[in-house]
Amino acid sequence: MECRSRLLQTPALTRIVIVGAGPAGIAAAELLSRASVEVTLIDEALHPGGQYHRAPASGLNLDMGRLLGAGYVEYKTFHKDAAAVCAKVDYRPGMLAWSVHGGAVHVASRSATQALGFDALILATGATDRIMPVPGWTLPGVFTLGGAQALLKDQGCLIGRRVVVCGSSPLLYLAAVQYLRAGGEVAAVIDTTRFLDKLRALPDMLVAPNVLSSGLRHLVELKRRGVKIVHGATIDVFEGEGRVAAVLCTLPNAAPLRIACDAVAYGHGLRPETQLAELAGCALRYDAVQRNHVPDTDLDGRAGQGIYIAGDGGTIGGGQAAAVSGSLAAAAVLRDFGLSTVDIDLAARRRLLQRLRRFQRGLATAFRWPSERAMLLDDAVILCRCENVTFGEVRAALDQQGGTAEVNRIKAASRCGMGRCQGRFCGAGLAEVVAASAQQSDRERDRLRVQAPIKPLPISLAMDVSP
Amino acid sequence: MSSIDFDVAIIGGGLVGCMTAYALRKRGRSVVVLERGHVGGESSGVSFGSLRLQGQHDAELPLALRAQDIWESIEAELGESVEFVRHGHVHLALNAEHHARLENNARQCRAQGMDITLLDRDMTLRRWPFLSGEVVASSWSSRDAVVNPRLVAPAFARAAQRHGAIIREGVNVLGVEHGGGRFSLHGRTGDGAVEIITCEALINAAGAWSGTLAAQFGETIPLFAAGPAELVTEPVPPFAAPVMHVVDGSILFRQTSRGNVIIAGHPRLSVDAEARRSRVPPDKIVTNLARLVAIVPKMRAHHVIRSWTGIEGYVEDMMPVLGPSATTPGLYHACAFSGHGLQLGPAAAVAIAELITDGATTMPIAPFDIRRFFASGQPRTLHLAEEFQDDVRSPHIGRG
Repeated sequence: MECRSRLLQTPALTRIVIVGAGPAGIAAAELLSRASVEVTLIDEALHPGGQYHRAPASGLNLDMGRLLGAGYVEYKTFHKDAAAVCAKVDYRPGMLAWSVHGGAVHVASRSATQALGFDALILATGATDRIMPVPGWTLPGVFTLGGAQALLKDQGCLIGRRVVVCGSSPLLYLAAVQYLRAGGEVAAVIDTTRFLDKLRALPDMLVAPNVLSSGLRHLVELKRRGVKIVHGATIDVFEGEGRVAAVLCTLPNAAPLRIACDAVAYGHGLRPETQLAELAGCALRYDAVQRNHVPDTDLDGRAGQGIYIAGDGGTIGGGQAAAVSGSLAAAAVLRDFGLSTVDIDLAARRRLLQRLRRFQRGLATAFRWPSERAMLLDDAVILCRCENVTFGEVRAALDQQGGTAEVNRIKAASRCGMGRCQGRFCGAGLAEVVAASAQQSDRERDRLRVQAPIKPLPISLAMDVSP
Repeated sequence: MSSIDFDVAIIGGGLVGCMTAYALRKRGRSVVVLERGHVGGESSGVSFGSLRLQGQHDAELPLALRAQDIWESIEAELGESVEFVRHGHVHLALNAEHHARLENNARQCRAQGMDITLLDRDMTLRRWPFLSGEVVASSWSSRDAVVNPRLVAPAFARAAQRHGAIIREGVNVLGVEHGGGRFSLHGRTGDGAVEIITCEALINAAGAWSGTLAAQFGETIPLFAAGPAELVTEPVPPFAAPVMHVVDGSILFRQTSRGNVIIAGHPRLSVDAEARRSRVPPDKIVTNLARLVAIVPKMRAHHVIRSWTGIEGYVEDMMPVLGPSATTPGLYHACAFSGHGLQLGPAAAVAIAELITDGATTMPIAPFDIRRFFASGQPRTLHLAEEFQDDVRSPHIGRG
């Protein structure tokens, strides 16, 4: 009898699934593994790390110490901890979580799909680049900032010999520094944010002096190595025939500037990957500072119905905030399900998370999402690269629609957002064009509704299923 | 409170409501369409897009053929593309029972003057070499066509507007009163304002939600909601011109001009009409992909990028409720299309418009009278287990 009741209380009866093995997912798994509950950790990549701590592909001997500089200690510590955590939990790399439905996460490898039932689901799905189109942005040689960094860290590849890093993002400086360290030439960093706006955001950013100082170190390193840095410029066009050959921009004093290059890395900050949260039934809300749709959670990441959100997939906060929010989400699971407790100082972590998020709010205010560009871009510029839909075609659909404009309707009429990426990259720009046409610059932005699969699903995985 | 008066009010801005508004304006009646969401925003925009003739039930085929006449010149009439393509429809048989169905369908269709070609396995595989040996026979109907359903309701709404119809989106009809030969509708707009609309004729085109209005006038439509399971792949090089459709409905697919392959497969899904929420369950997605690969092995090299469904109104005999109310003069039903609304829509719209303006219609709509639910008699024989999942809520389909 005693034995049986112990069995009933065994934590193994609570099924916990974590999606994402970046800083948030690993921190959550680490805390749960200490509490000796059973955890399944799903990750799309083959190695833990997410984007922030992305490690080189197997068999590639990259000098990560040289690439990451002062960040290497944190990287090394993360991977040492992650290896230990992954050995303790049911870690499944190379698996795409493609839907959440009926209390299960649906995961796919290339050749099979499987439903993992859960009682608690921690979504640590991270973020991707947010893009405002620029004339020429679909030319070969133009990459997103995150894409350029992923190539470098995963494959040791440079996107070109002479690279322009541009856009509106604190990641500009980090990416530029890493390119220099990897032996690339950085032709210029073109920051569309005015220097003054960055200064104005300083009070918010001072709450996280460590993060701020690492950003400043990057700036100093770039200056020391003679990289041209422009603040407050407007990017006019990525120019080239068959491949990008130059970036044309306008300086704050209205002078034009042309910088020759053979590759461009650009972006306008990050957007959370919220698709699984939406499929899981979480409410999303529009964050007017970050100008993103984010799952509605409490500070610990509770999003209702056994769903917990951690890291940048909830609110863009950076790697350190992701790890803190991961452990808070894991502690919330333990508490909500009456599982064994773990000795961590929750109050201190919550304070730290709030401080880091305030820092990010500062960043988001300084490195603005250039929403007004959507109105100014020429009709011929491509908005949806999967379906080759131009701004002009979207505007024509808006004119034809009359009445209330809404992104999902415009998608239906124009095909914008209907391609392989399902609006993950054009959705933010589309929302701005629609808002501009409604002359509602203050209005909450619409968002494209999500459906499974959240990323292209190989049909071959149905081969083992009897029809 | 002021009220606005129209000859006709239509509840529901789906494709049937918009088509009917257009047909009525062409006959000179003043019309308002009241749509609580967006025009074409519910099931109208989510269907497979097939204007299928072969395999339609005898009772529906005459109306379906009249509808096809209208569809064939619709783009010229509307002045815009709805991606109408007449590239035919192929029914596939995977076993002897399917094969018998093809032959039976062919007899019925030929009796109505349709051009149907029956092909054996070898002829089928020679004509469409991407099909696998699972296919034992096929039947080709040349007049069947496709449209892009997303574009249809908005295009008809615009055409109706150009002809002077009023299309009101975001208006929820809270109540309908009837007296002195007129209807009085209370509608609430998105910003909370209440308005009154009066009309002489009222059309119930509220799709899966049509039962409520009918019930208010003492008529029970045994309506239930279900959804099709739709999938779409990334664009792939052109290979499949006609719609390919296993005759039991277990899998059907077509390729769009962009190259995407749209895939559907019955049984239909249970959906939540009340919460207006619907998704295709992941196991259904995988099952349908497996069925697709079984008959088109080369599709295994591609990816599916999206799934969707919608909330459609069905009745057990799978035929629309189309015509005057049995209780209330001036009330007309155009609902319960049971998945056939896209194809039948233009003819159904003309039928209702003629009934209102002329008191009679040339359209063959007798089988769709609402009184059929009150009459006793032999119900139509259907393969309902093929059509609907077990969890589809129907008060009339007996389960286990």
